[in-house]
Amino acid sequence: MSTALRHSERQIPDRLTRPAARALKSWESLLAIVAIGIFVLNAWASPYFLDPWNLSDASFNFTEKAMIAFAMAMLIIAGEIDLSVGAIIALASTVMGVAMTAGAPTPVLVLLGLGTGLACGAFNGMLVARFGLPSIVVTIGTMSLFRGISYIILGDGAFTGYPDSFAWFGQGYVFWVITVELVIFTLAALVFGVLLHRTSFGRTVYAIGNNSVAARFSGIRVDRVRFILFLLTGLMSGIAAICLTSRLGSTRPSIASGFELEVVTIVVLGGVSILGGSGSIVGVVLAALVMGLVTFGLGLLNVPGIVMSVVVGALLIAVIAVPRLWAMARAKSRKR
Amino acid sequence: MQADPRPQDGATPVLSLRGIVKTFPGVRALGGVRLDLFPGQVTALIGENGAGKSTIVKVLTGIHQPDEGEILMDGQPVHFPTAQAAGHAGVTAIHQETVLFDDMTVAENIFIGHAPRTRWGLIDRRAMRERARAILHGIGADLNPATRLRDLGIASKHLVAIARALSIDARVVIMDEPTAALSHKEIAELYGLVEKLKAQGKAILFISHKFDEIFRIADRWTVFRDGQFVGEGAMADVTEGQLVQMMVGRSVDQIYPKRPARIGEPVLTVAGYCHPTEFSDITFTLRRGEILGFYGLIGAGRSEVMQALFGITRPSKGACRIDDGIRVIRSTAQAVEAGIVYVPEDRGRQGAVKGLPIFQNVTLPSLSRTGRHGFLRLAEEFKLAREYTRRLDLRAASLDQDVGLLSGGNQQKVVIAKWLATKPRIIILDEPTKGIDIGSKAAVHDFMSELAAEGLAVIMVSSEIPEVLGMSDRVIVMREGRIAAEFEGEAMTPENLVRAAAGIGQPQGKAA
Repeated sequence: MSTALRHSERQIPDRLTRPAARALKSWESLLAIVAIGIFVLNAWASPYFLDPWNLSDASFNFTEKAMIAFAMAMLIIAGEIDLSVGAIIALASTVMGVAMTAGAPTPVLVLLGLGTGLACGAFNGMLVARFGLPSIVVTIGTMSLFRGISYIILGDGAFTGYPDSFAWFGQGYVFWVITVELVIFTLAALVFGVLLHRTSFGRTVYAIGNNSVAARFSGIRVDRVRFILFLLTGLMSGIAAICLTSRLGSTRPSIASGFELEVVTIVVLGGVSILGGSGSIVGVVLAALVMGLVTFGLGLLNVPGIVMSVVVGALLIAVIAVPRLWAMARAKSRKR
Repeated sequence: MQADPRPQDGATPVLSLRGIVKTFPGVRALGGVRLDLFPGQVTALIGENGAGKSTIVKVLTGIHQPDEGEILMDGQPVHFPTAQAAGHAGVTAIHQETVLFDDMTVAENIFIGHAPRTRWGLIDRRAMRERARAILHGIGADLNPATRLRDLGIASKHLVAIARALSIDARVVIMDEPTAALSHKEIAELYGLVEKLKAQGKAILFISHKFDEIFRIADRWTVFRDGQFVGEGAMADVTEGQLVQMMVGRSVDQIYPKRPARIGEPVLTVAGYCHPTEFSDITFTLRRGEILGFYGLIGAGRSEVMQALFGITRPSKGACRIDDGIRVIRSTAQAVEAGIVYVPEDRGRQGAVKGLPIFQNVTLPSLSRTGRHGFLRLAEEFKLAREYTRRLDLRAASLDQDVGLLSGGNQQKVVIAKWLATKPRIIILDEPTKGIDIGSKAAVHDFMSELAAEGLAVIMVSSEIPEVLGMSDRVIVMREGRIAAEFEGEAMTPENLVRAAAGIGQPQGKAA
């Protein structure tokens, strides 16, 4: 080692800001404040809001969508997207309906729901990862494809008469007001939180989202990761299909239409960059709560559904625009 | 060069910077620097990577606003709040990596943002084409203004960038490493162009890492180091040694620290590698402790061969044997497992993952080692990152800092650290010192010798003859996708390399 060239050995510190300090200034903290604010506002506006059973009912506003949103968050962080999730639910629900009419028992229905979700996810994943097609185009295609199959099978009809034991997933309670769906939602949040933030796999997802070429040049199996992410999104859509079908007690081909946009809304509201590379599961959980609370609060105030979607849309644009405007204002004041 | 290039007493600089301070999160890029540019003079701005050269260019062109200090034009303070404002004031820049639009024509690229208008306010295409032709002719580039940029080679694109910079009536022309992508002939043409601009009385700021170039073309010099002004003066009064001394703040005694290598058994044997379009019949052997140089002109297929070895592309034919047996490398992951790693030429796109912190970049291919059962262990990651960033003398505010905030040389160090942490057996360095300053360059060379001495097998792709000759034990020259010649020992001369690369004369085949 020619010492003439070496600088004095200096140690680069690991971190300059503590993770806790960083968390305090994060998007997630802002979301938490917004969630609490809406909660308080709702409690003040409606006397029925604080009833535990009402709150429990209200959780159905977001649980099914949020389950998918966790997987979607990882997909979007990796720079991909899946717009076929609503259609996957429709197809999975239809497959379960066909099996139910053939007399299949509940465990078989569940396996078929999960299996259909996985198969759809694998199909999307193969087209994107194996053939290198852009995911937005692929999943717009499969969105029509999967739901189209449902329409062919069902036409104007509907499957009804699911077995009583099947109702447990969407209508059952584990304990007091805690619904089965709420438990699945919580478990999914934990599993995806750990997967994204505590595993090597999660790290590679961020790397791919920030620069997939450099990730590949770093020895990461980029296509395999992408495939797995589509598989996970398919699986979560399958789980959501079971919950939703069970809760509604019937399958129509229009089931879960528009889900994909609400799921993406939750993900983006949760602070996940639509361009990929950043975001967290905590943010998605908080965003799901905010969405649930807003919808429920407006429902209690008898606001019609169409106005609700206007409010949700405005909320989404506002939360995305405000930080940007804030940064611009700050940059301007600094210049002066 | 004039006898006395120092401006006559009383000559005022066109453009002066005084006490410019610019701070970024965690980094003080400029700590109160000055710079003077005189009409009809070329001022070379010299400094290591991270010295603040790129930042000063961005301040001059209105991309960054200085936190403190003033910009004077003809002695009057001015502000460049936007790039347009700088352009209107007559400051124009030719960047290292100029942003051009592939789907537009040459003329459109030249005049984008200030196209000539008809009296109806529409773009006057004919006038635009004519003026583009005139500008291109003026710089000796015979390009058709109607050609789409996509269809041009990289050197021609560069000429378009230069033409674009000249299309506004500039008084100050900034050239940020303009020769980086050019061939010998094109560089000579560029020198001619600079002379023309000088004769027109334009003030030129010339940024380059190549000393021969600076001494050839500059009248004055200014040195920055770590964001500080170190000195300025006339080229006639300074030696290369003095400039290097000022740049690095220490003496660089030996530029190529190649040590006699103990070359061992073959680690990699490539036999008959072919690719449908890029290369064919590539056969060579690489030994332990050896530095094997790959020389050739740009486009000779060297990077493509290396990327095939690293699993980015697949060869259509041929096999490669690594120590124990024949392997087919289908993915980069398999290459890394086999102990082959690759430091790419295109650092921005293929090297560091910008957006991720330094430590995560370093541990990216080593996560199975720093983690346990697929779970991350941050303490282990920081340990590994500390070890290798220290070994490479990385300069950064913290290991948690975004890699994208580092200078090019330091990003390169992060990429090398990332690979060394995987304990590879074969390391391929593709133009490892391209565009980095002389101090970092020497550090990289030093490091390569060290790695070879430790028993690594090193492949170095380089287009710089002194580097290839100074560092390699053996040199393979490629031309048009094939191995043109191989040289060893006495046969490793600049003439032989150039002849083989260009396909001149006889020295085909083994000349060792």
